[in-house]
Amino acid sequence: MTLGAIFGTPLRFYVGRVVSARVGETFPWGTLVVNVSGCLIMGVVAAYATRHGLSGRSDYWLLLATGFLGSYTTVSSFALQTLALARESETRFAAGYIALSVGLCLGAVALGFAGGMR
Amino acid sequence: MSLYAAIVAGGIVGSLMRWLVALVLPSVAGGFPWPTLFANVTGCVLIGFYSALTGPDGRLFVDPRTRQFVLTGICGGYTTFSGFSIEMLRFLQASDSLQAAVYLAVSVTSWLAAVWLGDIVARRLNHRGGL
Repeated sequence: MTLGAIFGTPLRFYVGRVVSARVGETFPWGTLVVNVSGCLIMGVVAAYATRHGLSGRSDYWLLLATGFLGSYTTVSSFALQTLALARESETRFAAGYIALSVGLCLGAVALGFAGGMR
Repeated sequence: MSLYAAIVAGGIVGSLMRWLVALVLPSVAGGFPWPTLFANVTGCVLIGFYSALTGPDGRLFVDPRTRQFVLTGICGGYTTFSGFSIEMLRFLQASDSLQAAVYLAVSVTSWLAAVWLGDIVARRLNHRGGL
């Protein structure tokens, strides 16, 4: 679990920085890319666990799902950025950020799972 | 200690906290995912609070590494969007659309209320005299 966090946490910071450096920081694209990609991989990881009968207590799940993906993706930054957008009177951006995050993350985890089960 | 080392250290602490929450809080397979909700909500209170307390108008001055240790490391490692998403998918796969809808609505509402609460409390502290 700790091993997964050692890789997941700095990767989130790195990916977030690279994305926001490319597209700017008016909208939190960095965190969005991190969360959506993490959810896509989560779907694949869960499909593999299902196919091989690995439980939530297996080393496999603790390393990849709980450790790596758990620390790679974040809800706290998402919430803080949404609050900041709402505070800056960018209410439409705040609403759009919520809708995009939830919609794309759920779509990504379903897509990853479906792909992993094929 | 470099910025990345601080973030990794915080991420380890945050992830272990999330893991501890999962050990302490009861969760039944197919039941409501209380551990993830608890970690995400409390993590949002913490990030809202610490961010405002150590921000430009904050009363607590900390160096950027310490700030990222808490915000990116601990709060980021403690909360999880992928855990939330896979639990949503499990509800939908079980055709439990009621639980899915409740979990979705409760999660998003309580995350945002939590970060707002943490922010408000810290702003109050920032504007109080003394100490």
